[in-house]
Amino acid sequence: MNLTLFVWRQKGPAEKGRLEQFNAKDISPEMSFLEMLDTVNEGIIKDGKEPIAFDHDCREGICGMCSQVINGVPHGPQEKTTVCQLHMRNFKDGGSIYIEPWRARAFPVIKDLIVDRSALDRIIQAGGYISVHTGGVPDANAVLVSNDDADAAMDASECIGCGACVAACPNGSAMLFTASKVTHLAMLPQGQVEAARRVCVMTEAMTQEGFGNCSNHYECQAACPKGIRVQFIAKLNREFIRAQFKGARRESPQ
Amino acid sequence: MILDGKCPSGPLSEKWDKRCRELKLVSPANKRRYKIIVVGAGLAGASAAATLGELGYNVEAFCCQDSPRRGHSIAAQGGINAAKNYPNDGDSIFRLFHDTVKGGDFRSREANVYRLAMLSNNIIDQCVAQGVPFARDYAGYLDNRSFGGAQVSRTFYARGQTGQQLLLGAYGALSRQIKAGSVRLHPRTEMLDLVLIDGEAKGITVRDLVTGKIESYSADAVCLCTGGYANVFNLSTNAMGSNVTATYRAYKKGAFFANPCFTQIHPTCIPVSGDHQSKLTLMSESLRNDGRVWVPKMKGDKRPAHEVPEAERDYFLERRYPGYGNLAPRDIASRAVKEVCDEGFGAGSSGRGVYLDFADALKRVGKEKIKERYGNLFEMYEKITGEDAFKQPMRIYPAPHYAMGGLWVDYDLQSNIPGLFVLGEANFSDHGANRLGASALMQGLADGYFIIPYTIADYLARTTPGKAGTDNPEFKKSREDVETFTKKLLSVKGRKTVNEFHRELGRIMWDNVGMTRSEEGLKRALKLVPELRAEFLENVKVPGSGADLNQELEKAGRVADFLEFAELMARDALLRNESCGGHFRAEYQMPDGEAKRDDENFCYVAAWEFSGIDNAPELHKEPLKFENIELAARSYK
Ligand SMILES: Cc1cc2nc3c(=O)[nH]c(=O)nc-3n(C[C@H](O)[C@H](O)[C@H](O)COP(=O)(O)OP(=O)(O)OC[C@H]3O[C@@H](n4cnc5c(N)ncnc54)[C@H](O)[C@@H]3O)c2cc1C
Ligand code: SF4
Ligand code: FES
Repeated sequence: MNLTLFVWRQKGPAEKGRLEQFNAKDISPEMSFLEMLDTVNEGIIKDGKEPIAFDHDCREGICGMCSQVINGVPHGPQEKTTVCQLHMRNFKDGGSIYIEPWRARAFPVIKDLIVDRSALDRIIQAGGYISVHTGGVPDANAVLVSNDDADAAMDASECIGCGACVAACPNGSAMLFTASKVTHLAMLPQGQVEAARRVCVMTEAMTQEGFGNCSNHYECQAACPKGIRVQFIAKLNREFIRAQFKGARRESPQ
Repeated sequence: MILDGKCPSGPLSEKWDKRCRELKLVSPANKRRYKIIVVGAGLAGASAAATLGELGYNVEAFCCQDSPRRGHSIAAQGGINAAKNYPNDGDSIFRLFHDTVKGGDFRSREANVYRLAMLSNNIIDQCVAQGVPFARDYAGYLDNRSFGGAQVSRTFYARGQTGQQLLLGAYGALSRQIKAGSVRLHPRTEMLDLVLIDGEAKGITVRDLVTGKIESYSADAVCLCTGGYANVFNLSTNAMGSNVTATYRAYKKGAFFANPCFTQIHPTCIPVSGDHQSKLTLMSESLRNDGRVWVPKMKGDKRPAHEVPEAERDYFLERRYPGYGNLAPRDIASRAVKEVCDEGFGAGSSGRGVYLDFADALKRVGKEKIKERYGNLFEMYEKITGEDAFKQPMRIYPAPHYAMGGLWVDYDLQSNIPGLFVLGEANFSDHGANRLGASALMQGLADGYFIIPYTIADYLARTTPGKAGTDNPEFKKSREDVETFTKKLLSVKGRKTVNEFHRELGRIMWDNVGMTRSEEGLKRALKLVPELRAEFLENVKVPGSGADLNQELEKAGRVADFLEFAELMARDALLRNESCGGHFRAEYQMPDGEAKRDDENFCYVAAWEFSGIDNAPELHKEPLKFENIELAARSYK
């Protein structure tokens, strides 16, 4: 396959970026999208130039590191698939591909396709956990969890923290990401004690980090490589209302 | 020198309690005066940093990725072992200990392994309390499955994403400490040197991967939790960034490297599709619970799988190892797969693969159940190969996966350098010559949650906090050395890319220091690797500068270390004139092709001491004693 790439190049956070054109020649349909970029990069290096910088690590769709907008779609055209799991057989020979970084107010570009997503970490730091110390916990089977609840918690907990939902949202909202963590913990008996406080501090952190509001566009769900559903946002909203009734304190749990 | 693992005396089951009683404590008010560096934020690092932070120590945590949630542990699929015996199928702490020592082919320390088996139960309790959504049965109890090398069901799992869920638990605990201010996180930061003051580990030098700045951090103790080195083979199941840099550079500062030749080749990975391949994808071994491994009985049979009648299929693992069948341990299964392919029975157009067939299981339990158990693995397989494993069998082939070798540590997880502790896959401690499935997650978390908090206190209690600051000459020299090396890499301006060198190294290692090793091949590697290293230093092309984010420069540093480390691996493999676990020497096998261990001469840990890159490293031995399990030939027949 031969393809024409238009790739976002930006030297640093303060620099201006632009699209640069590259030819990807002799690409095999068996290659993953990132292997295609590897091949292009080898050529760029041989030409004595700086290769395209992009985040990646596991290349198995689980670490959440890869993050590219391909032809306007975060993670590209294949449903429920991260960039690293996307294969070239999904593209047409002779076509053009536009490759850009996540774009959101809360994700400043570091270089080329690499952005700073530490804002997502700070949402979790605000309270996206159960405040248990190491040691002194009951036997694992002491508290039963229904198969359905465990399943629902697991569905929500599959989020890989990639940030595609933010990149897809016209408001740059991190609602799907936050809702997945809130739901995961709210589905489990162990997560109940802090549920009200958790939803309050996490949504507050979201606003503080510069993420936009959710106005039900549902672009996030379409972009999410892990099939995290917008129903979890409804769950977050319910948890939030319940917390307001309880008059939950907003400080983060310690 | 004869090394001493400092295992406590007394009955096996009382050793850890005894050691805990002896260990000194640091009082709550004093803890905050001690600073601890934790390098790595996979399961071992995140659990250690979180727990040490909770206890009140001052923790500086480092990782290469942009977030600690992305450590390579996240990719573990199959599960985590524990001796809970919930299914009432005869499991016990002793049996888990026994299976692990036997699985490791009697090359691990009894005392360490027993402690691991004991702590396994605490791990499950801890993770459930954190909200890890393990699989449950319909009554709400935790579910278990069996894994290679075990005849009981003791593996806990969260769909096919157990590592992810455990890491998110540890990441949550770590995040809580970051918020509380006890842990300071340094993501996108790579450790490039270990700093010793008066022979003790007192800090590290790092490169900020965004700004390129070389900086030092001082502390009272350093924990390395930097994972394994399977990427020395270039193609492996490890993440692209997995490396040997942190442990190798500690080795160059005097830490002993133990059993580097003990590497594990995993039997069930997706076969290579072409030269462009950047990594190999593991299909969890748990699939062997329901999948049956076979090849056509006829050599070179190119018919599609469904056209090969039952009578013309060879279920070679079931045939050769009736006791364990498809669940034979990894090294045995991997070698058997390679053998049938080498003999020309391989499936698929390349002949480098065997079938893993779910047809029987689909008939037995139905598609829904299989989907529930392995849904994401089937999806992943289809994304990569374009084939639907519900309709046709998977094709699998072995790939480098795990490093049993690592920095030498004593029972307290302390290396021979005082103040340097090594946790998780980065140390050599618990898996001997072969690791059983679902035991690495267990070890990383045992080390981080339950061992290091006790043992590090004993070291700290004997030291004065804040011994040296980063203005100390040792730190200054370390920064200069790192700067010089970085400049050197950038200034070569040769013609070959870092990836080209890595690919070449990978080929040398896979061909000569891979699954089957021979004196001839190892000697060849010992000639080829230094040649390639010399070429690298004269002909590598690293574009860009050191003053900003430069991924080629990062890779160049890691490949430079692999090029040195590879030689150590080959040397270790050449010394070990026996076959055991993942180390199979062609010269040492039984008439039936099984591994021939030599307990008389090799029942020891080989720990290597660096003595300059142009000199042979010095060998130290830690003899292994087996007092609770009979040192017997490992048979899975
Ligand atoms: C695909 C796959 C599947 C697996 N499945 C299972 C399974 O089902 N069950 C099981 O028990 N085991 C499994 N394993 C093995 C297991 O996942 C690993 O052995 C284990 O997770 C290692 O954990 P760790 O914390 O030691 O290291 P890692 O998780 O590899 O973490 C290493 C950390 O160190 C950091 N780091 C590395 N070098 C540096 C440096 N120079 N400077 C700063 N930071 C650095 C990294 O950023 C990372 O945070 C699997 C492994 C693979 C590859
Ligand atoms: S919700 Fe989906 S898109 Fe958003 S961070 Fe999680 S996995 Fe990525
Ligand atoms: S590289 Fe890990 S999810 Fe894509």
